[in-house]
Amino acid sequence: MTTIDDRPDVAGGEIGQPRKRKEDAHLLTGRTTWTDNMVLPGMVHLAILRSPMAHARITSIDVSAALERPGVLAAYSGRDFAEIQGSIPCAWPVTPDMVNPGHPSLAVDQVNHVGEAVAVVAARDKASAQDALEAIDIDYEQLPVVLDMEAALAPGADLVHAHTESNRSFTWIFDSGTAGTGAPIDEVLGQAEVTVSRRFRQQRLIPAFMEPRSTVVQPQGDGFVMWSATQVPHILRTMLSLTLNVPEHKVRVIAPDVGGGFGGKLQVTPEEVITALVARKLGKPAKYTESRSESLMSAHHGRDQIQDITITARRDGTVTGLDVHLYADMGAYLRLVSPGIPVLGAFMFNSIYKFDAYRFVCEGVFTNKTPTDAYRGAGRPEATFAIERIMDELATELGMDRMELRRRNWIRHEEFPFTTVAGMTYDSGNYEAATDRALELIGWDELVAEQAERRARKDPVQLGLGISTFTEMCGLAPSRVLGALSYAAGGWENASIRVLATGKVEVVTGVSPHGQGHETAWSQIVADQLGVPFEDVEVIHGDTQSSPKGLDTYGSRSLVVGAVAVVHAADKVVAKARRIAAHMLEASEDDLEFAGGSFSVRGAPGNSKSIQEIAFAAFAAHDLPDGMEPSLDADATFDPENFSFPHGTHLCAMEVDTETGFSTIRKYVCVDDIGAVINPLIVDGQVHGGLAQGIAQALYEEAVYDEEGNLTTGTFVDYLLPSAADLPSFTTDRTVSRATTNPLGVKGVGEAGTIASTPSIVNGIVDALRPWGINDVQMPCTPERVWRAIHSGAEKSGRDPGGTVSWGGTSTTTSDGSGATDGGQL
Amino acid sequence: MTRVNVKVDGTAYSDDVEPRLLLVQYLRDRLGKVGTVIGCDTSNCGSCTVLLDGLSVKSCSVLAVQADGASVTTVEGLSGPDGALHPVQQAFHDHHALQCGFCTPGMMLAACDLLRENPNPSEDEVREGIEGNLCRCTGYQNIVKAVQAAGAAMSTRANSAAAVSDSIASVSAVEASA
Amino acid sequence: MIPAQFDYLKPSSVAEAVQAYQQAGEDAKILAGGQSLLPILRLRLAYPELVIDLGGIAELTGVTDDGDGLVIGAMTTHADIIGNELVKQHAPLLAQATETVADRQVRHRGTFGGSLAHADPAGDLPAVALALDAELRAHGPAGERSIAARDFFLDYLTTALAPGEILTSIRIPKLGSGWSTHYEKLNRVAQAWSIVAVAAAVHRSDGVITEARIGLTNMGPTPLRATATEQALAGAPATAETVARASAAAAEGTSAPSDQSGKADYREHLVTVLTRRAVQHAAGI
Repeated sequence: MTTIDDRPDVAGGEIGQPRKRKEDAHLLTGRTTWTDNMVLPGMVHLAILRSPMAHARITSIDVSAALERPGVLAAYSGRDFAEIQGSIPCAWPVTPDMVNPGHPSLAVDQVNHVGEAVAVVAARDKASAQDALEAIDIDYEQLPVVLDMEAALAPGADLVHAHTESNRSFTWIFDSGTAGTGAPIDEVLGQAEVTVSRRFRQQRLIPAFMEPRSTVVQPQGDGFVMWSATQVPHILRTMLSLTLNVPEHKVRVIAPDVGGGFGGKLQVTPEEVITALVARKLGKPAKYTESRSESLMSAHHGRDQIQDITITARRDGTVTGLDVHLYADMGAYLRLVSPGIPVLGAFMFNSIYKFDAYRFVCEGVFTNKTPTDAYRGAGRPEATFAIERIMDELATELGMDRMELRRRNWIRHEEFPFTTVAGMTYDSGNYEAATDRALELIGWDELVAEQAERRARKDPVQLGLGISTFTEMCGLAPSRVLGALSYAAGGWENASIRVLATGKVEVVTGVSPHGQGHETAWSQIVADQLGVPFEDVEVIHGDTQSSPKGLDTYGSRSLVVGAVAVVHAADKVVAKARRIAAHMLEASEDDLEFAGGSFSVRGAPGNSKSIQEIAFAAFAAHDLPDGMEPSLDADATFDPENFSFPHGTHLCAMEVDTETGFSTIRKYVCVDDIGAVINPLIVDGQVHGGLAQGIAQALYEEAVYDEEGNLTTGTFVDYLLPSAADLPSFTTDRTVSRATTNPLGVKGVGEAGTIASTPSIVNGIVDALRPWGINDVQMPCTPERVWRAIHSGAEKSGRDPGGTVSWGGTSTTTSDGSGATDGGQL
Repeated sequence: MTRVNVKVDGTAYSDDVEPRLLLVQYLRDRLGKVGTVIGCDTSNCGSCTVLLDGLSVKSCSVLAVQADGASVTTVEGLSGPDGALHPVQQAFHDHHALQCGFCTPGMMLAACDLLRENPNPSEDEVREGIEGNLCRCTGYQNIVKAVQAAGAAMSTRANSAAAVSDSIASVSAVEASA
Repeated sequence: MIPAQFDYLKPSSVAEAVQAYQQAGEDAKILAGGQSLLPILRLRLAYPELVIDLGGIAELTGVTDDGDGLVIGAMTTHADIIGNELVKQHAPLLAQATETVADRQVRHRGTFGGSLAHADPAGDLPAVALALDAELRAHGPAGERSIAARDFFLDYLTTALAPGEILTSIRIPKLGSGWSTHYEKLNRVAQAWSIVAVAAAVHRSDGVITEARIGLTNMGPTPLRATATEQALAGAPATAETVARASAAAAEGTSAPSDQSGKADYREHLVTVLTRRAVQHAAGI
């Protein structure tokens, strides 16, 4: 690890150690508590009938035959729930005039995407419920299907929702001239020496967490308890209360073991609402677990943007302005934070660069597809992709080295803190150090030489070098900022710490892990803060009854907001313990030192009290300072003033088989700067997994709809997740520029790999293909797309497309006419 | 209904089942073996991998009735009777080869199957050996490391076990000759 | 997802299976390894009334040597084929291609006969059977008969098996000396079906390719032979140039599908590249 910040760590001990995870034991032995594992006495099992049509009126629906099937207790259509189901909430009305058409959990009169829930059956077992779905009789009257965003916005376009004026939900604009963060974009657009414009497509992705979503609802008195595979038990509780008109204090939500989320479980889902409704109607516990094919077509999707990007610069390579126009596909409805996702990107398109003028316009559009919402990175991968791709294009236009162009424009180490043209203040960073380390690790110069040699040799397998120098905003938090962005909630986080009578420690956190390792990391932090053994710390989370205050886990916020709340709570515990210690030791608080879990009187060694002794004294309460409440505990809520800004440099060497179009990652190097590191083992794991998802966007994954609006990638046969055999071993390293905005110096790491890797891969592929005059390959860069790019690029560049074929075999002779044979078929 | 007799993690079961019941549903819903999970409909994800008579299979693509007379090992049968972690479990823990843990049971059983056939696989052999198991969290890097480490640990253990039995054999030989 | 209800029969002899299959007619499905059938049933893409499990018929598994050929029981699993010494020695193309089928778990259950009878043109083994001139033996109400691989695959998921007929074994003629083989496959991720794959068997003598048999995966509704390339190669010198030239005709007579992995014209290009690579690799060029 390269340390480029010479300030000492605030804490020694546990923090920074590669502690093995506390979470593992039950996961390794199968003693898990996945929601679908749960069985309650009298439980009914639900199956949901889903629309096969992308856009249709429900002219009739009859569930009565389903009721005749064996084991069926109830069957409901949307008409049964119309008055009580409310609307799936959207908590982020990004503009005052944003159009939200409303989102019934169970379609009532109309279906707006394939996979939308239209009826539900409750039966004694799941098979009976599924069998009974086949007895439900529905007539649909087909409506015109709206799929293309630009066509959807054209005058006279067919409407997804007949009661809206258009398919536009909102237009959100940021202009640095108006905002006072820079010059007006019009000033630079007119007089630019160099202008490069590109249209990039962020294909639609599916979060595809491994654990399908599952919900169990137990009615209880006037309210209910819900177990759900969710990232957001606290948000879910509040929203369910509002949606179903059940008082919030009558709703308890529990997130037991949750098998991944990646933003995909940051939602209030129709299935959760439906399960609650059925359970309450029947007065019986009910369980719904989706199948993978249901998950792929009905759990929210991510990305799906058309990005029109214009960058301006001077001939010397100084970037002067960036103009961004996005079409963002909302799908058929607005879900929890759908509109906010592309808008989050507004603050990241400028990335690590300094320039004068910036405009960002985002149009949210309705189509007859599954709604989109958060997916790992949420707005920031899209922005990072666009800026890193266009920087490569600008370098090519200028004839300048791509890294040199970046160096010329990025914020230099000594310029931090730096307020960007998008109005964000970056606290710390060192792009030079991360980049230099990455270049060294990958052996950049040797790869450049090899690339030249392969190009000269016309090797059918060409080498491309990919660059992504990125930053992101993490720790979705500052409540005032979120308020200014019209988000309905805040971004604070809560923690409480109880030192029990026996000296063991309970830490209650408001964040809700689903694979991140919070129990381990929080234990490390608390062990250091209180001077207690790591093993003595228990972390409690994910149940609105036992961890009542919190705003959950997403946006790389758990550590930078949630763990800082833990630190603040620990500070309060130590402060109270100090008062008790002073009392017990008959010393002044000012004379006490706290180290290694003990308070001692300065200059009087041996005269000390351990935190455990103090905890017992606080518990017994026989002799506490006057006016002090018993029990050694504290509660803290943290609302940061700023986001955090991790950054890094990701480089890759791509081998592109120009004959087949198949791309292989030969080497991938990333140097991330995420500030201080609590547990390097966990950090590396987060980076690896993030890289895999970002790479998968570049190469493999895409949710595809046909002309009728059917999702043709509806199983894992067609929605391609990479396996171990498809990915390389990554080289990871770090530089450390501590965050200056929190006491831990941490920045967050959950999304870095995903955000950074996608443009690196695509830049690498395009770099390999530059000799053909190719300046883009649409994602995912399938063999076919790469081959087509070569084929059409060859036409434009005057290169012989047949040449790719004639290079074959061991022969290195140039085209001898065999290309013509092939040309007939192409 | 069809009768099935199976041994699961060492315990014998005899049940009447519908022919359509999948082995994974039998394990989860009838036997309460919820350590084995279901991640897809198309036998792609491998989350439901168990050992059927010692060979890895996707229990979502085997009917319970097809397992009649067979012996099944799930994740719950991996650790020893004393609760000691199996070398594969231990290696997954040591190398941080799991995050959310949903794919982990299937991944570990796939790894056991691979190591049965190839005790010291190369990185590429591990990657191909677990190609039938999807993980969305780890990017596989630490899983690959863990499988290799488990292989090495099991070989060492097997070698030392063999050495012990060799020495016992030689002792017996000496005794026999004496 | 859970399959719809069906009855289940596990016969212990071929005769019993044939009888049951004949009686049930189109309402029955044969269960071999189940690795294609069970996902189909789970997604409720098929509603058989009866599933006949061939897993109880011992005579349907195993590999035997009949002198100039190997006879492979239809229920022999992919894993058993990969590990079989006779197959490695006399039909290495089959072993190599089978190693690329799906993943270890699927190969433990999936069977050679099942994948041929399913006749998915994107499956790896139909093209191999074609390239190796396999003979498929079937038992039916009318008795036993042998069907040449080239006559077996009629259309997408459709074979020459008559109603009530069950594929019981596959005979693969041994390749003599001078033959060598290679399977070349391109898929988007390791688990995915082939975009295109090519199974090549090449006989070489004195620097000349005397005969080539080339099976194509996913270039039409059935597996196909690259006849034009085979003809161009026969008698041609075993050089990179001649192989490249002959391979350029590999798409002749094919009718490649257009789907998410590639449109037909891409496949028509790809098959020329993969054919060239397969033949060159097989011929040691």
